[in-house]
Amino acid sequence: MTTLLTIHQLSYQVGKQPILSNVNLTVEEGDWLTIGGPSGSGKSSLLKLIASLQTPTSGAILYQGKAQDTYEITTYRQEVSYCFQNPTLFGETVYDNLLFPFTIRHLPFDQTKAEDALQLVALKPDFLSKNINDLSGGERQRVALLRNLLFLPKLLLLDEVTVGLDSENKQIVLDFLEKIHQKGVTLLQITHDESELAHSKKTIWIQNGGIVDERVSR
Amino acid sequence: MNELAVNNASLFFSFALVLIAVLISQKEKLTLSKDILLSILRAVIQLTIVGYVLKYLFQVNNVVLTALMSFFIVVNAAWNAHKRNPHPIKTYWNSLLAIFISTYVTMGVLVLSGAIKFIPSQVIPISGMIASNSMVAIGLCYRHLFSKFQDQRQQVLEKLALGAPIKLASLPILRESIKTAMQPTIDSAKTVGLVSLPGMMSGLIFAGVDPVHAIKYQIMVTFMLLSTTSLGSIIAGYLAYKHYFNSHLQLIDTTKKEEV
Repeated sequence: MTTLLTIHQLSYQVGKQPILSNVNLTVEEGDWLTIGGPSGSGKSSLLKLIASLQTPTSGAILYQGKAQDTYEITTYRQEVSYCFQNPTLFGETVYDNLLFPFTIRHLPFDQTKAEDALQLVALKPDFLSKNINDLSGGERQRVALLRNLLFLPKLLLLDEVTVGLDSENKQIVLDFLEKIHQKGVTLLQITHDESELAHSKKTIWIQNGGIVDERVSR
Repeated sequence: MNELAVNNASLFFSFALVLIAVLISQKEKLTLSKDILLSILRAVIQLTIVGYVLKYLFQVNNVVLTALMSFFIVVNAAWNAHKRNPHPIKTYWNSLLAIFISTYVTMGVLVLSGAIKFIPSQVIPISGMIASNSMVAIGLCYRHLFSKFQDQRQQVLEKLALGAPIKLASLPILRESIKTAMQPTIDSAKTVGLVSLPGMMSGLIFAGVDPVHAIKYQIMVTFMLLSTTSLGSIIAGYLAYKHYFNSHLQLIDTTKKEEV
């Protein structure tokens, strides 16, 4: 197995408040890691640091063997893609949201690709023209996920993306993630949901800013 | 010109108008009395000095002195626009560049088109009008940028997380801020003559100029204000939005609150 991500002695603090202390973690290609831990333990900060949305106070993040800051940041973020908990949608329609990944890559909008992607998350192709204000919470989360996954990243960082979803929506999202994982995308997922641990190959437990437990679930 | 009736005595009696504002402030406990009196004192001193300076400049009619006075106005306008930026990380040079370009591009077109002559009595007042409008527009642009980067923080972060460059991630905020900065000038252009008879036109009419002739100047002023506010807010906006990001293209948290 090839190592995709190595975190070495990573610490992060805001002002004088330590958020993460000396975190070490290795993520192999094809892993599906679940991160658990109480609220405020530093889970979201860890993912944001990996996504290069925040800068660590000390320590190193190596992606494919090279320091994170040696990459062109926008390209890195396209490969290491972070999905937010309760995402906001852009513009007015679903189209505006699915257009964005194409715009970033200076590519023309591919309607067929977008419609196929919508069907992967159980949304009809005509959803493209739907106003974002007419979407349910589950539909919004699925459209937001598609923004990250229209062009497959190498590492997908999921920050409680199923929180607040009903069981039907949650299953659609998890099935979609399973398909993405089978296509070779490595997943790092924060969750509080015990049932989601079953989908994970490895579980990490973070408490008080450090990894306190690491185990293989299956 | 001879019919202008403001003399020292009438000016002294019109001070009663200030007292009305002071009385209202006292009665309604607005605690503005000190501010009102101080602002009036500053206005009287500044205008008196400017009156004598302008009188001298008009008399000597020197190109260098005229240009220096115009630049002095631009530097001051830039300083005031800079102070109106609520962002803790800001540079004076952004404001100076925005006001400098917006003022002198507009002024250049006016001079080259023959609308005004490069003489102190025309260049200096027009510099003041252009620079002050640019200053107000830039101040509005700065404030809007600041509030929108706070309101739409999550959306900007999500765009960055998708791999968007900072300009693309900020574009809706930037456009909205520039629009907000230009809106008062556009609104005032729509109502000019119907609601207000603006300063330039009123001044000429006061001085006895035929109103039909005075409106031509007002039309020119409307053109120049649209140019200066659009140029000023676009330049300032495009320079200022970058201060909301650090060198790692991460969105700076101006509230200092971090999500754990």
